[in-house]
Amino acid sequence: MNGVRRAKRWLGDHLVLGLGLLVLVYTFVPIAVVVLMSFNDSSRSRNVYKFQEFTLEHWLHPGDWAPGMADSVWLSVRIALFATLVATLLGTLAAFALVRHRFAGRSSANLIIFLPMASPEIVMGSSLLALFVSSGFGGQLGFWTILIAHIMFCLSFVIVTVKARLSGLDANLEQAAMDLYATEAQTFWRVTFPLVLPGIVGAALLSFSLSFDDFIITNLNAGQSVTFPMFVWGANQRGVPMEVNVIGTAMFLISVAIVLLVEITRRRQAKALAA
Amino acid sequence: MTSTAGIAPANPHEVKPQPPRGRKLTGYWLILPAALWLGLFFVIPFYSLVSASLYDPDGSVLTGYDMTWHVANFADAIGQYKAQILRSLAYAGTATLICLVLGYVLAYAIAFKAGRWKNLMLVLVIAPFFTSFLLRTLSWKLILADDGWVVGIAQALHVTNLLNLLGLTSTDDRLLATPFAVIAGLTYNFLPFMVLPLYASLEKVDIRLIEAASDLYASPIRGFFKVTFPLSLPGVVAGTLLTFIPAAGDYINAELLGNPNTRMVGNVIQSLFNTQLDYATAGALSVTLMAIIIAAVLVYVRTAGTEELV
Repeated sequence: MNGVRRAKRWLGDHLVLGLGLLVLVYTFVPIAVVVLMSFNDSSRSRNVYKFQEFTLEHWLHPGDWAPGMADSVWLSVRIALFATLVATLLGTLAAFALVRHRFAGRSSANLIIFLPMASPEIVMGSSLLALFVSSGFGGQLGFWTILIAHIMFCLSFVIVTVKARLSGLDANLEQAAMDLYATEAQTFWRVTFPLVLPGIVGAALLSFSLSFDDFIITNLNAGQSVTFPMFVWGANQRGVPMEVNVIGTAMFLISVAIVLLVEITRRRQAKALAA
Repeated sequence: MTSTAGIAPANPHEVKPQPPRGRKLTGYWLILPAALWLGLFFVIPFYSLVSASLYDPDGSVLTGYDMTWHVANFADAIGQYKAQILRSLAYAGTATLICLVLGYVLAYAIAFKAGRWKNLMLVLVIAPFFTSFLLRTLSWKLILADDGWVVGIAQALHVTNLLNLLGLTSTDDRLLATPFAVIAGLTYNFLPFMVLPLYASLEKVDIRLIEAASDLYASPIRGFFKVTFPLSLPGVVAGTLLTFIPAAGDYINAELLGNPNTRMVGNVIQSLFNTQLDYATAGALSVTLMAIIIAAVLVYVRTAGTEELV
């Protein structure tokens, strides 16, 4: 009887974990395909949705990349960098205001910050386009209008991420610093800021990848500029060059490396604090 | 509108403001830049969109539009694109339900069964975010290709016949360019938005309550439905909203994985704005989509009855 119960229990424990792992594996299948296709020699056949032959060509000779792709990647990188910089700065300040200060309009501020995350991108993108057109900037769509849009949608995610980190902080640590005669500035730079930093770094990473990856809002506000997702979209109509998969794979590897690095640093810090 | 406020991932109990420190005005100065940005480029654009939806449809981008309070734009847009609007809601709703089931299993496994692998699994949930959304969606084209093994297995198991009976595929020998492919793409792309809030909610569940249920002779399944699931409701509500809303406005999956008969409202808005340059109809359609979503969210949040959210 006991054995049956134990077996049932083992099954209960491991069945859910197994199913969960299956779901996780499923989310990686398309990424495996992207990686695989970055080694695909598609020059002999027009069917770009089929693996033909292994080649390192796309990785070794970035100079032969499809025309326009390098420019689109570079544009996306620049926009993502600027958007991340501005959104992280403004968002961090706002997060501090919302968690550490009481002021009238706090709850409406929280609502307005949440709304961009809850609006369909097509509505956000089209409303910005309507603004640009009605205020006479319809002819100047390009780098600046994309950047404005990206800062707008990254901002909410930064605020929420930093806020979560900040509200999880033990206020007693700051109190203790003050009790030990640290000035407000010293307390901030020596205690608060280092503790919030992982949250800020996380927010910046999120914002970079959101910006680099956005298609729907960008496509509406880009005019003649072509970002990397727009390049992929356009290429899809002609047959996707396999080189885009090189960029996809590289993006994945770089960001996983960064996330791991952040995680390792965080663990070291935690250990150092505990010691 | 206020009811959407509470589904922010942060727990409202956690953001209890600490006692005011420093000068009273500091808070305003800190939030001012972000507030200005969101005001200028998020709130005001909505006003522009609503006014664009009331433009005289006879105008054009080149000659300019006249503001004629042409409310009939809405009736025209809805009448003309009713099929696409309903299809968007049906596809997004189906994808959200599947995401809820898959996401719940994954979030539950991470929260209760993963042990020391918890952090790693969480990183893996967001990792797909870092490869381009478009590239991942294009991958599905290859995975579901007519001569691929997924189609082969589905045919062998007669799954394609079943899907055909359900009206999800039009012929029983392929998966690509069918409603099935579009819903599968939506499910795949928005799954992480479901998993993260579910996990956040499940992780807060006090394990002792589940143990208590089992001590009181509740079977694991009964314990789950009477204790765990109700306690995870805030996550369920947040997750379904964060999945349904972007899915209803998406047009990438319908464009890349579907066919002309699977076009969603996003495809229409996009092409009206970008190709046909019919800003009046596009604006009306965009406002309609937003209005439907807000109404649906209000009803849903009320019915889900998670008081602490509203």
